[in-house]
Amino acid sequence: MQQLLNTALVGLTLGMVYAAFALALVLVWRSTRVVNFAQAPMAMVTTFVALVVIESGASWWLGLVAALVSGLVLGAVLERAVVRPVQGGAQINAVILTLGLFIVLHALAAVVFGNRYRSFPAPFGIRGLEIGDRTVALTPTGVFTIVAVLVTMALLVALFRFTDLGLRMRAAAFNQEVARLLGVRVGRMLTLGWALASLVGSLAGVLIASGSLVHPGFMDSVVVFGFVAAVLGGLDSPIGSVVGGLVLGLSLSFVSGYVASQLVPLAALLILVLVLLVRPGGLFSTTTARQV
Amino acid sequence: MRTPTPALPDAPLTRHLLLAVLGLVVVVLVLQGASDFRRFQLAEMAYLGIAAGGLTVLTGLNGQVSLGHGALMAVGAYTAALLLPDLDASVPLPLVLLAAAVAALVVGAVVGVAAARLHGPYLAGATLALAVAVPGIALYFKETLGGEQGLPVVLPDIPGWVLDAAYFLTGQDLTRSGYVALVGWLTLVVTYVLLANLSRSRVGRRWRAVRDDEVAAQLAGIDLGRARVSAFVVSAAAAGAAGAVLALSVRLAAPSSFTLNLSLTLLAAVVLGGLGSLTGALAGAALLTFLPQVATGLGTDAGLSDIQAAELAPLVYGLVMVGVVLVAPAGLAGSLRLLVVRRRTRAALSTTSKGTAT
Repeated sequence: MQQLLNTALVGLTLGMVYAAFALALVLVWRSTRVVNFAQAPMAMVTTFVALVVIESGASWWLGLVAALVSGLVLGAVLERAVVRPVQGGAQINAVILTLGLFIVLHALAAVVFGNRYRSFPAPFGIRGLEIGDRTVALTPTGVFTIVAVLVTMALLVALFRFTDLGLRMRAAAFNQEVARLLGVRVGRMLTLGWALASLVGSLAGVLIASGSLVHPGFMDSVVVFGFVAAVLGGLDSPIGSVVGGLVLGLSLSFVSGYVASQLVPLAALLILVLVLLVRPGGLFSTTTARQV
Repeated sequence: MRTPTPALPDAPLTRHLLLAVLGLVVVVLVLQGASDFRRFQLAEMAYLGIAAGGLTVLTGLNGQVSLGHGALMAVGAYTAALLLPDLDASVPLPLVLLAAAVAALVVGAVVGVAAARLHGPYLAGATLALAVAVPGIALYFKETLGGEQGLPVVLPDIPGWVLDAAYFLTGQDLTRSGYVALVGWLTLVVTYVLLANLSRSRVGRRWRAVRDDEVAAQLAGIDLGRARVSAFVVSAAAAGAAGAVLALSVRLAAPSSFTLNLSLTLLAAVVLGGLGSLTGALAGAALLTFLPQVATGLGTDAGLSDIQAAELAPLVYGLVMVGVVLVAPAGLAGSLRLLVVRRRTRAALSTTSKGTAT
């Protein structure tokens, strides 16, 4: 019983981070029809920025702000400089481009920040909370992770639902031509979409790193799990990506706790293949049938 | 209209076989003159080239991106390791290579069937998961697959007739590293002949049709799923053979050889060389083999530490990969070909316009 509860709590915390990461992928996919495989190294780079800020004596919170701001800038710059030129071309070019960015950011981080593992401080304690006379696997930092992701999601929903800017962004993602005719600066909206996604990814990066180790490759498995989570939800649905993230976090935690931690990536692959065999468009997809 | 006499016969099979024989002669001559270190590098180029050739067929001809070819190479390498545990193992090398290709083919078929319903980013994601999942399997089955340390691969003794033939042809004794490089390049030539013929055949035309326009291909009666699966399976088999050559070359099948990095590097080779051209894939493999040494050397000269300098090579091919997509989406080989075609068209146009003017 104790182990069941703990496994579920660990899964929930992890699931929240995967959900945030999946949300970042979905934001980019919805606005530019690109799966940004470079999302993980982008988040890794901004997490290193946070680490540098923290190690220079600033507080954890200032580090987080530095990561979020640099994420915002990095996303906007990459969209403008690299992704914009291949927009509308063959999809394979965009995929290869983000993979090229993946390699570049990885190598760059290893040259600049070094290739060894470095510990990243946590904002709160990393010892399990005590409930009654038992210690459960929910740490204060874990609670903060869950709250931070929930708040971010609420803010995003508010942005897209209730603001003029959000409406314009949705219009630009929905149909560029029509949006342009209606006076939406589509290019700016797409840049903003990338910047926001990169910000959410950076948040996920810092949350994963907190109380743990960072290394140029520390986000690589997260891109796989985040992608699987996004596909579970159907790549097009923000709510789907959150649900997908939680489902994946919980199932992987159970695989890790009850089977073997080495098989976690394999389990992710199996879940992905099974879902895609049953529903190629994801669980939350609205399928448009096309007959030839 | 005058038709230029072709330098090579027109029938694809004859031409490919002729090129293959020519290539083999060059390979034997180069290997004979090379040092043992160079031979090791040439073996590396051979296995990267084989895998890149397979990936070229998949990505270039069929338009599917796979990030899991490193994992398929791992399947081939572990197959070879299981078949060659010690010197007493009596499985002949051609059979080992074949078994490695078949094992990867089976895994590729399973993934391919799932992948056939996917395309673009979904397929890339599924194969990405494959790349990350496979090393975990080797870690989990410690007893049979050796865990973190991996499995040793024992290179069988060189058969007497090969030694004799090598001495007869080159006047030199064949070293073990020379033997591995020779096996690697023989495999490469065989693979490339098969892939080249396949791509010129009806199957290859179907792959291209699916890549260019799914709807039109379906209207023409092509089974999209079957075309996709067959491309994936063929490409996986090549990756398996490449994995076996890798295992023979480094005498080890260990999870650390088959990281996500390897899969991405293979894709880089294919993109750099030019999507869809086997020559391009080979050029890309050559770049991957020889660039790291040069880049690392330049880096340490510039005062970087060894670890930092080692990252310069991936930095360079990452940058080139981005640059190629932005500037020359046809890759090196494709861009050259485009340049030649454009010049010819221009020349042809200028002569015809002169003709009408006078």
